[in-house]
Amino acid sequence: MDLQIALLLGQDGITNGAIYALLALALVLIFAVTRVIYIPQGEFVAFGALTLASLQAGKTPGTLWLLLGAGVAIALIDGVLALRAGALRRLPRVFLWNLAYPLAAAALVFFGKPATLPMAAQILISLALVVPLGPMIYRLAYQPLAEASVLVLLIVSVAVHLALVGLGLLFFGAEGSRTPPFSDASFDLGSIRVTGQTLWVLVSSSLLIVALYVFFDRTLYGKALRATAINRVGARLMGISTIMAGKLSFLLAALIGAFSGILIAPITTIYYDTGFLIGLKGFVAAIVGGLTSYPIAAAGAILVGLLESYSSFWASAFKEVIVFTLIIPVLVWRSLTTHHVEEEE
Amino acid sequence: MMRRQTVILAGFLLLLALAPRLLPEFYVTLLNYIGLYAIVALGLVLLTGVGGLTSFGQAAFVGLGAYTTAYLTTATALPGWLAPFGASPWLALLAGLALTAVVALVLGALTLRLSGHYLPLGTIAWGISLYFLFGNIEQLGGHTGITGIPPLSVFGLEVKFGREFYYLIWVLLMLTVWLTQNLLDSREGRAIRALKGGSLMAEAMGVDTARSKTVIFLIAALFACLSGWLYAHLQRFVNPTPFGLHIGIEYLFMAVLGGAAHVWGALIGAGVITVLKQWLQDLLPKLFGSSGNFEMIVFGLLMVLMLQRARDGLWPILARLDSGNGSDGTRAAPQAEPMPKKSLPASGTRLLEVNDLTKKFGGLVASDKMNLWLQSGEVLALIGPNGAGKSTVFNCISGVDPATSGEIRFLDERIEKLRSREIARRGMSRTFQHVRLLPTMSVLENVAIGAHLRGRKGVISALLHLERAEERRLMAEAARQIERVGLGEHMFDQAGSLPLGQQRILEIARALAADPCLLLLDEPAAGLRYLEKQALAELLRKLRSEGMAILLVEHDVEFVMGLADRVVVMEFGEKIAEGLPEQVRQDPAVLEAYLGGVA
Repeated sequence: MDLQIALLLGQDGITNGAIYALLALALVLIFAVTRVIYIPQGEFVAFGALTLASLQAGKTPGTLWLLLGAGVAIALIDGVLALRAGALRRLPRVFLWNLAYPLAAAALVFFGKPATLPMAAQILISLALVVPLGPMIYRLAYQPLAEASVLVLLIVSVAVHLALVGLGLLFFGAEGSRTPPFSDASFDLGSIRVTGQTLWVLVSSSLLIVALYVFFDRTLYGKALRATAINRVGARLMGISTIMAGKLSFLLAALIGAFSGILIAPITTIYYDTGFLIGLKGFVAAIVGGLTSYPIAAAGAILVGLLESYSSFWASAFKEVIVFTLIIPVLVWRSLTTHHVEEEE
Repeated sequence: MMRRQTVILAGFLLLLALAPRLLPEFYVTLLNYIGLYAIVALGLVLLTGVGGLTSFGQAAFVGLGAYTTAYLTTATALPGWLAPFGASPWLALLAGLALTAVVALVLGALTLRLSGHYLPLGTIAWGISLYFLFGNIEQLGGHTGITGIPPLSVFGLEVKFGREFYYLIWVLLMLTVWLTQNLLDSREGRAIRALKGGSLMAEAMGVDTARSKTVIFLIAALFACLSGWLYAHLQRFVNPTPFGLHIGIEYLFMAVLGGAAHVWGALIGAGVITVLKQWLQDLLPKLFGSSGNFEMIVFGLLMVLMLQRARDGLWPILARLDSGNGSDGTRAAPQAEPMPKKSLPASGTRLLEVNDLTKKFGGLVASDKMNLWLQSGEVLALIGPNGAGKSTVFNCISGVDPATSGEIRFLDERIEKLRSREIARRGMSRTFQHVRLLPTMSVLENVAIGAHLRGRKGVISALLHLERAEERRLMAEAARQIERVGLGEHMFDQAGSLPLGQQRILEIARALAADPCLLLLDEPAAGLRYLEKQALAELLRKLRSEGMAILLVEHDVEFVMGLADRVVVMEFGEKIAEGLPEQVRQDPAVLEAYLGGVA
């Protein structure tokens, strides 16, 4: 391996690492606030990328059907609950977000001719379709089990993951997609060439991380989420709705996931099931941070990215074996260093 | 009751035996797969449902079994030391089981110490690693796999067709069911079932929880390996696909759907998922007009719904149909020759001596140079206001939370460095401030956990039920302790159905079953009503008169004053008074601690 290859692999590793870092942040956020180990995070990566690809190809993205279907299901459940409780005031809000919004999105997809719009608009439409799925999944799958043990929530996560991967295959087929890069510019940095897309990935992940930092540190909602993460009961006593906190964290995670997918779609071909492995690598990073520390998770993510890219050079067939075997010593270390309160059934 | 269950079981076995004669080929094949999957799911029932350890990685162990036999029975140039194992699939099975055992022990040593959710994440990690390993090792045929695996033969007869294989699979499945049921209904099995109640209680009763976890992990892995071996010889070829993480997830779904805490749940779960999968794979592509893994969507949704609505799975629902299931008061208490008892030390012997015991939590000194001693046939009460450090001292003595410094002597032996189960073995037994029982187990079985250290027979004899004589004596001993504390009429009730007062008494019976000479009781009167307190005091007096030493941590001064021989008072981690109850009651320092100073 000469220096040039080493640098190239390093660049690859850091680019992937940046994506893993974003996903790791989302996973830490969700776990801290809701105790859910969010295996389906990777599916949002694939959904984001493939929705954008469908729009660009002039097809109707299947995620639209999912948005409509989940909306109808929630409108029915929450509608009946509101009627039973006699709280008719809640109905307009339920119908606005779960029926009117998906219908508006559908109108935009069908009549807005998204294939002809500029790329920025296509990205916005993709996000508008995929991101609301986050809180919807929270409402349907997790909210009824909010007080269950971490293990039950984990099994739910695995089940949701299975369902979403199956839906992904149904919506987008088995063929992969790649989207055009955000810009064709590229720069020569010494002996290696840095593409515009790589810069996009690095710059926008850094911006997103800073934005998250500001959100958690400076805004009321961010502080509410942190409070919920530290002490659910205490937060509730202070008037913070844990349901709101759950939905908000799932919304942010979905935004991060879908946007990550859109960022890497020009670099790698995304298949309906690609998200899982990407998400799991984000996971390895999140676990390095003990599922609680944002900065350590981000550093872990870069490490995973680099490890993966260098091991793909030396032993490409065993790349995944190496990355996932690495997690076991990390788990042992984490398990020994974190004080664990015994959870009883 | 037992009769009816026997009839149902006999009918079920008869149907199983006749099935291949009556059913068309297609259904026999389906039943073959159900049997194969059920063997794996059964391991998960033991591991996850009973032991509380979630694994998504069982498919990898199935793969180990399948690939070992595939490699050994097809390779043309085996290295010399391996060659004998290639001679017959049965020898290859032995090799596979041995390999799986080694891999499971290594993985178990690494991952079983992981706490809480780290363990299932760990199983996902090695599940994926092993899957990619199968697909990338050249000798194992890469992603195309290995073909031309020879058929099995049993007593010289080739088992080639599905109908013949059926009997092999289901006989082996019934064998694993029998072994699992035997194990669960034994001393080792109770230790395994105690894992779910948290390792604190199990360890305090002398259970080596790390060992129990390893045992069930190993058994689950070996069952999976057996299933893989059968699979390889049924299919006659293997490739990595059926050993991936998604199949591992499916196995877990089978166990959860069927009822993860019940042996028969594994069969129900495997049956429902396999039939549903088959049916969905036929139906859904027609519905959607294209091919794909649509059954995954349904399974995912089904699982979420299941966990929201019926978390205990299908088996308990089915079992409820068989009405009248439960305790019937007519059962007789188990009788057997008594277990050997340690002789109690002579009255007045010093049992326990605590010198300069200090415990720090970071900067907080919870116990500062505490001293106390206790002799046999004596009740010593340790009292003090909230947060005085009583429970800390208690946990140091019983080995739950080791002391920072100081010396603890029990029967002339230093014990401050020992673990709680080693201390329990030396004749000290405790109860818990927050009752720690296994609510779905009977009172009798709960108390029998206390007698864990008095049995000797291990896992192998438990699997084969060769330990029945000892088991009868253990159960009789537990029954005797239940009678001793006056809970005889509740012996076969579920522990969780008793009121709190009786649950505390039950904890004392469990502690007594260990044959201790020193009882540690952590706030036994908390939450009890007046009459219950009197009954408890009566019981403790009776135990004292039999020569038992009792160390009592208590809040309730009234209760203590009428019972204790001596009292030690703590405040802010220090001893502020010691003496006879009447002396302590008048001690100015004590009055100040409790009443905030006398003007």
